[in-house]
Amino acid sequence: MKHVKTMNTAMLKNTVAKGGCGECQTSCQSACKTSCTVANQACENR
Amino acid sequence: MIHKFSMNGVNVVLDVFSGAIHVADAIMYDIVDVYEEASRKEILEKFENKYTKDELNETMDELDELKNKEMLYAPDIYENIQDFVEAREPVVKALCLHIAHDCNMRCKYCFADEGEYHGHRSLMSSKVGKAAIDFVIKNSGKRKNLEVDFFGGEPLMNFDVVKDIVKYAREQEKKYDKNFRFTITTNGILLNDEIQDYINKNMHNVVISMDGRKEINDMMRPKAGGQGSYNTIVPKFQKLAESRHQTDYYIRGTFTRHNLDFSKDVLHMADLGFKQISVEPVVGGVDTDYAIREEDVPQIYDEYEKLASELYERHKKGGKQDFNFFHFNIDLTGGPCVIKRLAGCGSGTEYLAVTPEGDLYPCHQFVGLTDFKMGTVFDGIEREDIRDKFSKCNVYAKPECKKCWARFYCSGGCAANAYQFGKDILNPYEIGCKLQRKRIECAIMIKAKEFQEAEK
Repeated sequence: MKHVKTMNTAMLKNTVAKGGCGECQTSCQSACKTSCTVANQACENR
Repeated sequence: MIHKFSMNGVNVVLDVFSGAIHVADAIMYDIVDVYEEASRKEILEKFENKYTKDELNETMDELDELKNKEMLYAPDIYENIQDFVEAREPVVKALCLHIAHDCNMRCKYCFADEGEYHGHRSLMSSKVGKAAIDFVIKNSGKRKNLEVDFFGGEPLMNFDVVKDIVKYAREQEKKYDKNFRFTITTNGILLNDEIQDYINKNMHNVVISMDGRKEINDMMRPKAGGQGSYNTIVPKFQKLAESRHQTDYYIRGTFTRHNLDFSKDVLHMADLGFKQISVEPVVGGVDTDYAIREEDVPQIYDEYEKLASELYERHKKGGKQDFNFFHFNIDLTGGPCVIKRLAGCGSGTEYLAVTPEGDLYPCHQFVGLTDFKMGTVFDGIEREDIRDKFSKCNVYAKPECKKCWARFYCSGGCAANAYQFGKDILNPYEIGCKLQRKRIECAIMIKAKEFQEAEK
């Protein structure tokens, strides 16, 4: 396409079916414990 | 729902519900949000003085193509997942162990009341620590990976107990087919070679605390006797970071109203040789002189943008000056599932804090607020009502988050901050949200610039 380039092809909805196993790391969001952008977390189930 | 922003010469269009992120040219950027609601005819009329008809039609064809692929204007299909999130089997998989409610520093912004957490100075015993390990194993269901963070106060003030707990957990994990990952958070005052060696052998991650430039660090982070801590901790931290090959650690700092030019502190840490850096806004009461105020937000935005541009340049050059800023890390191609993104940090459910006495709280930030005491490591969770309340604390339960484009990146923010500022864990802390959104934009900008470079 001429006017737009798509950076990522991973679609959120595809993660619904297999998601929710809960093995991933806890993602503290408070400022005192190095709060995490959840989007940077690794999936343990991939 | 889309979100668009322009930063550092790049136009980004983010499609909230598909997760797709696009880099747009000027015309696409101009019309993408209008086209969500308007017809072709309306777009042609609205932009006829700025672009030719052919250009506009060509761009709208591309928008239609993205829409058909569900990579633009994708519908919200996630609201029902809330029921799944809330109905999950309650398991505990992470504990924050308050090894010492005591500290050898007197940081001015300490939420832990200089280590005492509104109680009295106390140290966790091995008995309590081991009971905590038993508790998490017993309550972890089928989860294999369990996390334990040694926290304080200052955990090195009770380090023998840390060692006892690690030894015990290693014995138990074999019996129960679990895998413990330990983290320790320290101010570094008591760090020595022996402790460093132990940490490197046993801790999956280590968080070391420091605020940047000497004058900033020493103003906010004095030792118990009042002297600055910079000269004591910096050489120890440099050595520790090197001994871990500059990975699996974070040097974390706090910025306050006194150093709104915090990008200088981040770069100071980078110039000291640290590669894994995390610096965050203080979360302090409105009545303090160091708390971030609404009027500070524009300056903080500028600082984040400045830092992101600098980081992009350093990534590009690579080598000695390059570093990793934790809050600009984002994985756009993988990352966690939607369920994780909606469920948030897990405080009060998957993640609990344990006081030196063995009391359980929803997280370390709630410790000392006795209304939130949930039970003990010996007797288990007695206040299921508190757990239920936290298990219902997810993105779709928060009215503010339901309107926010960043919901799948931040997962609803910190419940404790929400409680401190709005007295309700479902009411996010607004300044925190604004800064989080800015950090996400900065993180995406860096990726977008790198993407453009790679496309060239």
